[in-house]
Amino acid sequence: MSLTTQDVQKIARLARLSMNESEIEAARSQLSGIFELIAEMQAVDTTGIEPMSHAQELSQRLREDTVSEPDQRAAFQAIAPQVEDGLYLVPQVIE
Amino acid sequence: MLNQSLQQQGDALRAKTISSVELTQLYLDRIATHNPVLNAYVTVEGHKSLAQARAADAMLANGSAQALTGIPIAQKDIFCAQGWRTTCGSKMLDNFISPYDAHVITQFNAAGAVNLGKTNMDEFAMGSSNETSYFGPVRNPWNIKAVPGGSSGGAASAVAARLCAAATGTDTGGSIRQPAALCGITGIKPTYGTVSRYGMIAFASSLDQAGPMARSAEDCALMLNVMTGHDPRDSTSLVRDKEDYTRELNKPLAGLRIGLPREFFAEGLSQDVGQCVQAAVAEYQKLGATVVEISLPNAKLAVPVYYVLAPAEASSNLSRFDGVRYGYRAPDYTDLTDMYEKTRAQGFGEEVKRRIMIGTYVLSHGYYDAYYLQAQKIRRLIAQDFVEAFKKCDVIMGPTSPSTAFNLGEKGDDPVQMYLSDIYTIAVNLAGLPGMSIPCGTGANGMPVGLQIIGDYFKEAQMLGVAHQYQLATGWHSRAPTL
Repeated sequence: MSLTTQDVQKIARLARLSMNESEIEAARSQLSGIFELIAEMQAVDTTGIEPMSHAQELSQRLREDTVSEPDQRAAFQAIAPQVEDGLYLVPQVIE
Repeated sequence: MLNQSLQQQGDALRAKTISSVELTQLYLDRIATHNPVLNAYVTVEGHKSLAQARAADAMLANGSAQALTGIPIAQKDIFCAQGWRTTCGSKMLDNFISPYDAHVITQFNAAGAVNLGKTNMDEFAMGSSNETSYFGPVRNPWNIKAVPGGSSGGAASAVAARLCAAATGTDTGGSIRQPAALCGITGIKPTYGTVSRYGMIAFASSLDQAGPMARSAEDCALMLNVMTGHDPRDSTSLVRDKEDYTRELNKPLAGLRIGLPREFFAEGLSQDVGQCVQAAVAEYQKLGATVVEISLPNAKLAVPVYYVLAPAEASSNLSRFDGVRYGYRAPDYTDLTDMYEKTRAQGFGEEVKRRIMIGTYVLSHGYYDAYYLQAQKIRRLIAQDFVEAFKKCDVIMGPTSPSTAFNLGEKGDDPVQMYLSDIYTIAVNLAGLPGMSIPCGTGANGMPVGLQIIGDYFKEAQMLGVAHQYQLATGWHSRAPTL
């Protein structure tokens, strides 16, 4: 399978990865090679086979809806790129 | 002392012939000498390790010591450790000081073990040669031109070079077993769900599993005793009774049925590795085991299936790295989207970006059924092959890796060639089975060869016994590289 430049641009946008033209071109050739490898799957008849999402057949465990985490806001804020008054700062999104 | 088993080191500590501070300092000195070349550790903070060693010596003095109390253990830099820089081999987390401990770290701390430092790894555990680390490649101590394997390459190199008593690793598609094979050490990936993933930075959550990397099966058993156990903070952590993984070490092998999958000895396996594996199987027959040929007809699809499922899960897991709450943020940007895109473009390396893009594509509208769902269906076929195989045998044996360690840069820019390094290990992760690698010889270039042992679900104790009996009869595991 061969990806187009537009395909790769779209994937990069969805993945929130900024890429210039030469990076897009390099990615296009490498991803096309990987999708050729992946294409080996397509020949397999999987009619009636249940998808396997997990190694163990588990149901999600539930717990009591009680506070289980201690307050670590100060510790978490200390490692953030930009904070102010206990808030995480990001570029303005609403005028 | 450096070549003594964990049991012997623990005995020496409890007999007070050496203190944990002395033992820790011995390793720290060795790291200072050899790490500049091997690059096995990303972070070493001697004062922290020595503080833990002093606490361990106090436990040893008051009689509350356990099996691994005072023993210096290297932790893969994928495990969050409170107050330690935890990078996952990425620029994205170069400045990340973890505010909390992974469950595995909590377990070692409770056992009184010493954290000797954080080992280098492929970025976000994506790689088979340790060349994708932001902190530079790790060298194989048997030949510094060769790769140590990956992604737990730092751990494997450190164990082989005696820069730690034992180490932790993680294995999503072979990342414990392949580097163990390439560096001539012993490593085991237990059954999925056996070791908590809490605080272990996620790559592909349905496949990721932690395990020990050490010099022998006996050492791995002692490590597993500490690492395993139920943890409610990981929703896939299994509720099971605590096991003693040393309990079958001394069980004789008479009557053991070894399954040899014919697909693991076909095209793609280099001749020297095949010969070593066959010789190991012959040794097992001498020890009383019988051999039966088995088939894993869908195993050849494991690599394509893995390169749909693992990137899909990774693209979702790694969306958390957005430059807002922790880790790297790009210095210049125009708006929020631009900040996300530049942060991720600058913070992630090439291989990680490649896998995020594969995952994004296979999960996107119009392709989900053809790729993701089809891969999940074939995953079931692969798992069913093992169920059938284990009706005929007790353990499965074969090569861990198709070749011995290759040289740095040898696989070049072709990711597919690198992905094929894991053709024998990936199916085990897809099925969730336990798998291990033990050294069983040397290849044409003098580099170590690994024998892979695959067990049925929860048969780790049996596998460790099978490996230990071989290690009692042969000396491959006790060879050490000359540095």
